[in-house]
Amino acid sequence: MADMIVADQLVKSFGAKRAVDDVSLQVRRGEVLGFLGPNGAGKSTTMKMLTGFLKPTSGRAEIMGFDVAVDPMSARRRLGYLPEGAPLYPDMTPWSLLHFCGRTRGTSGSELRRKVYASIARTNLESVVAQPIETLSKGFKRRVGLAQALLHDPDVLILDEPTDGLDPNQKHEVRELIREIAPEKAIIISTHILEEVDAICSRAVIIADGKVIADGAPGELAQRSEIFNAVAVMLSKDVAERARAALQPLDAVKDIRAMSQADGQAKLIIAPKDGAMILNTVAGALADAGVDVISVRPEASALDDLFRHLTLNGEAA
Amino acid sequence: MGTLLTVARREFAGYFATPVAAIFLIIFLALASAFTFFVGYFLERGNADLQSFFMFHPWLYLFMAPALSMRLWAEERRQGTIELFLTLPIPVWAAVLGKFLAAWLFLGLALALTFPMWITVNVLGEPDNGVILASYLGSFLMAGGYVAIGSCLSAATKNQVIAFVVTVTVCFLMTAGGAGFVTDLISEFMSDDALKTVAGLSVLPHFNQIVKGVIDARDVVYFLALMAAWLLATMVVVDSKKAG
Repeated sequence: MADMIVADQLVKSFGAKRAVDDVSLQVRRGEVLGFLGPNGAGKSTTMKMLTGFLKPTSGRAEIMGFDVAVDPMSARRRLGYLPEGAPLYPDMTPWSLLHFCGRTRGTSGSELRRKVYASIARTNLESVVAQPIETLSKGFKRRVGLAQALLHDPDVLILDEPTDGLDPNQKHEVRELIREIAPEKAIIISTHILEEVDAICSRAVIIADGKVIADGAPGELAQRSEIFNAVAVMLSKDVAERARAALQPLDAVKDIRAMSQADGQAKLIIAPKDGAMILNTVAGALADAGVDVISVRPEASALDDLFRHLTLNGEAA
Repeated sequence: MGTLLTVARREFAGYFATPVAAIFLIIFLALASAFTFFVGYFLERGNADLQSFFMFHPWLYLFMAPALSMRLWAEERRQGTIELFLTLPIPVWAAVLGKFLAAWLFLGLALALTFPMWITVNVLGEPDNGVILASYLGSFLMAGGYVAIGSCLSAATKNQVIAFVVTVTVCFLMTAGGAGFVTDLISEFMSDDALKTVAGLSVLPHFNQIVKGVIDARDVVYFLALMAAWLLATMVVVDSKKAG
């Protein structure tokens, strides 16, 4: 089966507002699709329609070839879903919640026990399995939600902000986990952490005002940014103008942005023409001009820049 | 079938995860006894039967059943867990019926715990235990009707207080329609046929028949139909809410 998750012209209207406007997506096995967009762009609503929790106003959704409206049970059996905010029964313990979810999926006895243990181990929940969920920290709750989604080893995972509320170590663990299972599955995660997309997603879809406005590999999307392959120069504010004067005339330089930093420092972002590699050129020019710099390195925020560019433009329109 | 029991089991255990179960059972038993002895004059009547116990059950359930049913769906909506619940592979009918069964059986447990009344009356005299058994059955069926009403109204809101108040109101109308003071009132301006219809829809005449020891299929069917109708309505409400 090629496309394990299919969204076909999904539309969701709430009253006069079109929260999701004609979204189409296909996700294959091995793909991790990062769903990006400002808050309120329609990410969660799209995911809710993919899982069958919300009925689309028009359009259809498929999980593993099963239309979620026509054969919801077959679709849901093959789906692991972490809803927005990871809602869980506060009175239950992770132990009893995972058993409950497993039983609804038709497992019981030693098989259920084995799956619950595996899921607890994967998400490092051992220390809290017997505590009521309401007493757990946000990070643990999120991981219980993940454990629930992974319990039955589904082909399709839809995870709405899986790393929200986790500390940096936990974020790292969850990303490792997703990377590890990704080759066997089709995964959609929503996030507004762009570095996460670079880290784990094979594909990024940016959505704003309910519409898909960009779709491609994170690297490809980054190329569309004006600061793709740009160079960031950190230096003292006093010498910023001299540096600018030295770099502006270079043929390879298209644009220079200056940003104030703390401690009397400034950051110059030097965008190249046609995405050329200009690190050496820039470093050389600065050395020739005798400008003291603190650091010269590649600027990694191209995707960030594209995101801001696309989504802010959308709002203005 | 498996998912139905899984849902019912989780929901039933949920009552015991908090002090809800203990408080509910204590208050239920205290109220049931208080009605029997202080309002029903159980001892003063000197009859070896449980009439003065069962006659207050409709009014007892009027408040106790909505207190149980109000959380069934409203709490899931408020906590957001409904999104987890309804994306598990549980058919809507199993979800609705499982939750309903849990609340109904819990109320059944409360009812069963009134067994000391039955022992008392057997110690004091020689009651007709067949009538008492029939009355327990009738009371249990009536409880199911109230819980089914509450299930539907709980599904319609995420606010448990609204679910409670509206359910009490609807249950009151369902009960009072057959009560003497209402039938007297509406007989002033309604034909006898209309009166019979209103009273026939009420739970009271059906319950009163069973408490007399007369188990008529029509009365049993009435309660089963009442439950089926409200549970179907619950399914429709749960499903239609997906349309957002």
